[in-house]
Amino acid sequence: MEAVHGHDHSHDHHHPTGLTRWLMTTNHKDIGTLYLWFSFAMFITGGLLALGIRAELFKPGMQLWQPEFFNQLTTMHGLIMVFGAIMPAFVGFANWQIPLMIGASDMAFARMNNFSFWLLPPAAALLVTSFFVPGGATGAGWTLYAPLSVQQGMGMDLAIFAVHIMGASSIMGSINIITTILNMRAPGMTLMKMPLFVWTWLITAYLLIAVMPVLAGAVTMLLTDRHFDTHFFNAAGGGDPVLYQHVFWFFGHPEVYIMILPAFGIVSQVIPAFARKPLFGYASMVYATASIAILSFIVWAHHMFVVGMPAAGQLFFMYATMLIAVPTGVKVFNWVATMWKGSMTFETPMLFSVGFLFVFSMGGFTGLVCAITPIDIQIQDTYYVVAHFHYVLVAGSLFALFSGTYFWLPKWTGHMYDEKLGKLHFWCSMIFFNLTFFVMHFLGLAGMPRRVPDYATQFADFNMIASIGAFGFGLSQLIFLWCVIKCIKGGEKAPAKPWEGADSLEWTLPSPAPYHSFETPPIVK
Amino acid sequence: MSKLLSMIALATSALATNAYAATSKYGLPDPESPIAREIYSLHTLILWICVVIFVLVFGMMFISIFKHRKSVGHKAAHFHENTTVEVIWTVIPFVILMGMAYPATKTIIDMKDTSNPDLTIKATGYQWKWGYDYLKGEGSLAGVSDGITVYASLATPMDQIYENAPKSENYLLEVDNELVVPINKKIRILTTAADVIHAWWVPAFGVKQDAIPGFIRDTWFLVEKPGVYRGQCAELCGKEHGFMPIVVRAVDEAEFKDWAAKNKSAAAPADAPMQVAAAGGTSAPAAAAGPVDGKKTYDGLCAACHGAGIAGAPKVGDKGAWATRIAQGEGTLVDHAIKGIRTMPAKGGNPALSDAEVKAAVDHMVELSK
Repeated sequence: MEAVHGHDHSHDHHHPTGLTRWLMTTNHKDIGTLYLWFSFAMFITGGLLALGIRAELFKPGMQLWQPEFFNQLTTMHGLIMVFGAIMPAFVGFANWQIPLMIGASDMAFARMNNFSFWLLPPAAALLVTSFFVPGGATGAGWTLYAPLSVQQGMGMDLAIFAVHIMGASSIMGSINIITTILNMRAPGMTLMKMPLFVWTWLITAYLLIAVMPVLAGAVTMLLTDRHFDTHFFNAAGGGDPVLYQHVFWFFGHPEVYIMILPAFGIVSQVIPAFARKPLFGYASMVYATASIAILSFIVWAHHMFVVGMPAAGQLFFMYATMLIAVPTGVKVFNWVATMWKGSMTFETPMLFSVGFLFVFSMGGFTGLVCAITPIDIQIQDTYYVVAHFHYVLVAGSLFALFSGTYFWLPKWTGHMYDEKLGKLHFWCSMIFFNLTFFVMHFLGLAGMPRRVPDYATQFADFNMIASIGAFGFGLSQLIFLWCVIKCIKGGEKAPAKPWEGADSLEWTLPSPAPYHSFETPPIVK
Repeated sequence: MSKLLSMIALATSALATNAYAATSKYGLPDPESPIAREIYSLHTLILWICVVIFVLVFGMMFISIFKHRKSVGHKAAHFHENTTVEVIWTVIPFVILMGMAYPATKTIIDMKDTSNPDLTIKATGYQWKWGYDYLKGEGSLAGVSDGITVYASLATPMDQIYENAPKSENYLLEVDNELVVPINKKIRILTTAADVIHAWWVPAFGVKQDAIPGFIRDTWFLVEKPGVYRGQCAELCGKEHGFMPIVVRAVDEAEFKDWAAKNKSAAAPADAPMQVAAAGGTSAPAAAAGPVDGKKTYDGLCAACHGAGIAGAPKVGDKGAWATRIAQGEGTLVDHAIKGIRTMPAKGGNPALSDAEVKAAVDHMVELSK
């Protein structure tokens, strides 16, 4: 009887089948996989919108779209990439990797984990279908600045609800991650022995809990201004349009770090593994991450240098913003020092991490340029800013996500990915990324505003280069998709630890990682 | 293909030599005001500091990539911290940052000093054009241009935008009425907006200031050379955000006085200027004489939504949709049309319309929908 019961038990939990496996799953690996595929689908959706933008901007004049539809493309590209692609992708990594890396059996709140994922598809559906409602999707920019966003049609309301839902999902995900990390580490794993990826996610989760409610507040005020005759953002009723920007960016700047800190974590796992040398300055990495997170709360108004602040305000936010360069610099130096005198090999994860380091740092430097208030006043809302944040978000967050995917694919699938395809993906991405975005620095400095569907003829050649690069970059991602599918379907059998220098707990498990892992916690010395 | 390659080569060679060479194609435009000049040299300074740090750090990284690889037989060392080094590379960047902050602080204080202007002009952002009011001021040009109002709309014809005609030299950067200012005078610009946030930006002056509905902000510039300077709205403000340029003509003081004298007489009520916009179907301001034509306003503006019933707008001729609205009385309908309701912006998005024009347009629509 006992044996039969045991068999049933294991049958239920090890091999649930069909759609219900995915709908009802409480397994961190399944949920991680769902997050990752969801974010990839959103990445492709947002990417298609980006190609719509670049196609229109291929040459001066209006060829494809009406200006209002162009605005919808830029807005939805931003919203979908930020909330649909980058953030859920990192949560997918957290789900898959945090329990494996701290020696836990699963996430702390398994059902809430399921719920926080399944909130996302309805939110995404609201965003995508808003293109088809009367008046179309919102065209107020992903920042949804009032009063322009108050003017928009019902697509705006759908976007507001989508943001609410995704915010709730993020908060639940963060509570889960914090609880898991603080309570479920293997015996002997003190906080300062945690892998850096876990550290960066711990800090990121706190940031999410702190700021997602702020965003929810901002868009709720927008909603009541739109429909219930409140005047939070209307001067005629005693409100102030600039209030929206303060509240939005109090969310928005920590959000920037929400999208980059876990990327720092991934890179901090990958570089030591392929340099075959421990991470340089582990403790200072942790402190630098925490410093960046704390500073992120006192720099928000650097997004608003042209709204007209007093000189004291501009000076404060400029100094605080410049300070962020210090801990960020420490991180870059530490990574280079980790590589220094290592014994490096350059498989695809390492290529993406080194690529990240090189190109992300360019975004860091342009960030410093943007921090200088007088220069920012000249380049704010130009293509320079577009170049800057794509250097940190694409070459930063996205390249780190690719790096992590190739790094852990053998653990997830049990197969080695095709190294040739991976390298091809890296080089195509790297080249086309720079082709697309490097020239945007020139465009911005020379005076091309962002979010315009048409431009003066002196900007024509760089826009053409950027558009060609964008289509190349978009197509390059099909190589990634092919490589991942090929790896899932088969390939060389992956050993438990395919990377010589890797040393965290997930590599002690067989590949693929068993459906239930660490039911008996490992002991960390 | 060869054109593409040559463009890429051009871009990379520009990067390799001097990213802010004489041509403004790769860098900030030639500065034409003291503030713009400060910004330009600040950018030059910081760019070079960044280039030097970049070369040092990534020089180290590339040395490491070539020397410390397994394939050349390099054995991994095992060091993983060094307090001295870590303190040094925390302190040095801090010192460099202070070096950058000092000149930046001076520039900020200069930019913020809008006191004692010679001339004050209020720039109002509309969806989608700029209005300029020369204010009565106390500066050295007091009285010269008081009360002049100029509306500046895009002058590029739609044919050029929609590829039916070759593009002119200043495609998208030309307006019907330029803002005229005297050279070598401190011009204070007050910004505000009628509907949503816009931003008044002229790169050559180093001036960009949001124009916020219901609030006044200020900024200033001083142009040294006579000429025409072009900029654009820099804050997303709706569908024609890309089509509301700013053109400033700087002239010497005598010429400015001539211009002001002519426009002041033109501004007299007897023959109000007809500021007919080229784009967007905007029509004359309230002071315009002549009968108010509701059909014209409807065709040029309201029909965009009410013609097809877009964004919840009741379609003209749809008696069902209009019956309940007509029942609210003409006064309510006109009031809603003037103040805006739900997705409809105030005055259908054209604040230059007079109340009478809006009323005429409403009457016209009601007539067609009864």
